[in-house]
Amino acid sequence: MLRCKVLRAGNVIEIRDEATAFALIIAAMNQDDHCRAGSRRRGFLQSALAMAAMPLLPARAEAGALRIGLTPVFLDDQLSFLTRWRVWLERRLKRPVVFVQRGNYREVLDLIRGGKIDFAWICGYPYVRYRHELRLVAVPLWRGRPYYQSYLIVPDDDAKSNSLTDLRGKVFAYSDPDSNSGYLYPQYRLTASGENPSTFFSRHFFTWGHRKVVEAVGVGLADGGAVDGYVWETLAEFHPKLTGATRIIERSPEFGHPPFAARADIPELELQQFRATLLGMPADTEGAELLRLLRLDGFVAGQGSLFNEIARMAARVRRT
Amino acid sequence: MIALADISLGWKIPLRVMAAVLGTALAVTAALVTREYDEMSQNLEAHAKSLARVMANTLVAPMLHDDIWRAYEIIQSARDPAAIAPELQADVVLVTDLEYRVFVSSRPRMFPIGSSPASQGGAYGRLRAAMLEGKPTEQKVIDPADSSHYFVMSPLVADGVALGHVVLGYSKISFLPRFTGLVGRAALVTLLVLIVIMPIAWVSARRTGTPLLALADAMRHVPEELEVARLAELPKSRDEIGQLGDAFVRMVGELKQKQELESQMLVSERLAAVGRLSAGIAHEINNPLGGMLTAIKTWQRHGGDDPLASQTLSLLERGLDQIRHTVAALLVETKPEDRAFEPKDIDDLLILVEAEAHARSVHVVVESSLTTPLPLRATLLRQILLNLLLNAVAAAEQGGLVQLSAAAKDGKLKLAVCNDGQHIPDEQLAYLFEPFASGREKGHGLGLWIVYQIVQQLNGGLFVESEPGGCTTFNIEIPYVEPV
Repeated sequence: MLRCKVLRAGNVIEIRDEATAFALIIAAMNQDDHCRAGSRRRGFLQSALAMAAMPLLPARAEAGALRIGLTPVFLDDQLSFLTRWRVWLERRLKRPVVFVQRGNYREVLDLIRGGKIDFAWICGYPYVRYRHELRLVAVPLWRGRPYYQSYLIVPDDDAKSNSLTDLRGKVFAYSDPDSNSGYLYPQYRLTASGENPSTFFSRHFFTWGHRKVVEAVGVGLADGGAVDGYVWETLAEFHPKLTGATRIIERSPEFGHPPFAARADIPELELQQFRATLLGMPADTEGAELLRLLRLDGFVAGQGSLFNEIARMAARVRRT
Repeated sequence: MIALADISLGWKIPLRVMAAVLGTALAVTAALVTREYDEMSQNLEAHAKSLARVMANTLVAPMLHDDIWRAYEIIQSARDPAAIAPELQADVVLVTDLEYRVFVSSRPRMFPIGSSPASQGGAYGRLRAAMLEGKPTEQKVIDPADSSHYFVMSPLVADGVALGHVVLGYSKISFLPRFTGLVGRAALVTLLVLIVIMPIAWVSARRTGTPLLALADAMRHVPEELEVARLAELPKSRDEIGQLGDAFVRMVGELKQKQELESQMLVSERLAAVGRLSAGIAHEINNPLGGMLTAIKTWQRHGGDDPLASQTLSLLERGLDQIRHTVAALLVETKPEDRAFEPKDIDDLLILVEAEAHARSVHVVVESSLTTPLPLRATLLRQILLNLLLNAVAAAEQGGLVQLSAAAKDGKLKLAVCNDGQHIPDEQLAYLFEPFASGREKGHGLGLWIVYQIVQQLNGGLFVESEPGGCTTFNIEIPYVEPV
């Protein structure tokens, strides 16, 4: 990991030509891969170094800082927005806030389940799986309701496929194995129609992000993909070219929107404060602006029962 | 080629210099372009190989983990859509497994996951065979002649075990814009250099040719117009052309002398021939003439008193006498017994021409340095001078001037008679001394012929100078032997 850092620092001064630069970047990526594959015991060191590489976020884990894990259930790659949101949260909560991002849902889930972070914006699917190790904080309101859908998409130039079952033997892109919309729903959809999800497609792969599913399907790398409907619609506003290369062939029933969860041993006061802050966003000018950028209408406290349908699907898929 | 050989040096030298400059420029440009091309393609290949190697190393983990998306992101990161050097961009990146099936490609629509690149046909069908050749762990560069791409293949090796291949396909066409750009730049530089050098080369080449042209131009006037050739402006340098010019000037001078000599000889030969002819004729006429005159005299003395015959014979006698005088004039006969030429002879001559000069208001001036008698026959010299003076008075302008100068020096008597009348044209000069060649109405045309003959008999020399607007001068030189 230290070598990682050295290489990253090195490529600032050592880039002489494209080949060298590429070699350094590729090498850095390679190191990242190994790091990611590394044991969780090095989690703390990893996060510290990862944050060092992200100058927009606080350089150190400050004592008493509120640590919030983020996953690609929203467009989590907009760093300027994240900075604005963090600053707003710090002002409202009157304490430092640290956003913690990881390459996949699993690592964030591991962090919150292990109590390494306080809150996390996760998917409904892992929430129902670990609901006894987590506490529900708030559920976003999208188009006025705490629900969202999974979209099944195909490349825009594929005019023949009209349902998931048309994609038999094709290459399919999932977003994350811990995503409801990007994994569980298509798995359930195949299982429910009597197919074996593990053999239905000739190949499948994970892109570790909804946005990248749209990209993979758009360029034709995958013949189909499953994506968070809220992310797809938001992306359609910010990057219409990306979504324009895809076509929605199926929309799932409504599921509970990916919620904010807290670690199980969160002090009640902290949970209440954070929930109140989220719920109070629409009432604040800057909060409302941040919500507008998220294309959300606000948050509600929400009930665990919102995710019953996801739990049912998970149980069904697990049984097979 | 003959037409080319006939071109004037004034053009040929500059054209050759231009051709040499152009040829050199083109050769240098071509050499530079070729070198640059080689370097470029070598760079390209080295770049492609190192890129393929880095990719192969990087793609091992995604391939082992079956992480298609990460592999796709890696191969995409090697492509920059707004690259400065598009020819360094791989057009196609293929990652294939051991069965030569696509694991991932930069063009998923063309090479879908799991398909065989061979289904694209063409060069892709032959890549497999190339992969199996040689050592499985070494890089290969394949440049199929029938393909618009060339390929760099790097094996994916993990712990000595082959997993598949990374194939980078580079467009041969994308190489062209950079190369044509290079050629264009080289051509532009060459053009700029030529724009600077060409006029200089042209002017200096023209300058090299100019003396030769001047020489050739002067030579064209030989031998017809030697004077023009002699006055032509020729190079005044010390190099070969300058030497040539000097030699030419010398040659023209000698030619001119020779020409003058020839024309003089021609005149004297003709006069000599005329002299021989007239002497012969005079001799042939004199013999019967003498007889006829004697016969007439005899008849007058002893004949009858026939008045008609006397009258007729008298007529004959006058006629024959005239013939005798004419012939005598043609054939100047010298009499050996004569007195020496004295300075007072000149005074006598002045008296003789005075009447004529007075009639035409011509002023006669004498410049004589003679003080003593000269051992030359007075009669002949008086004849010469009288003829020349009378001619000069007749030729001089009304109220003009005739000048006679006489001097004796180094055994030569020098006489010169000049008048300020109209000059004698060149074509007339050649025949001036021939009998009956006179252009004048008066006189019998034998005056100068007699002068010539006498001078010849006295072994003297005679020449005439006549310039337009100047004097016409008859110069005579007669050698004499000083009495010891």
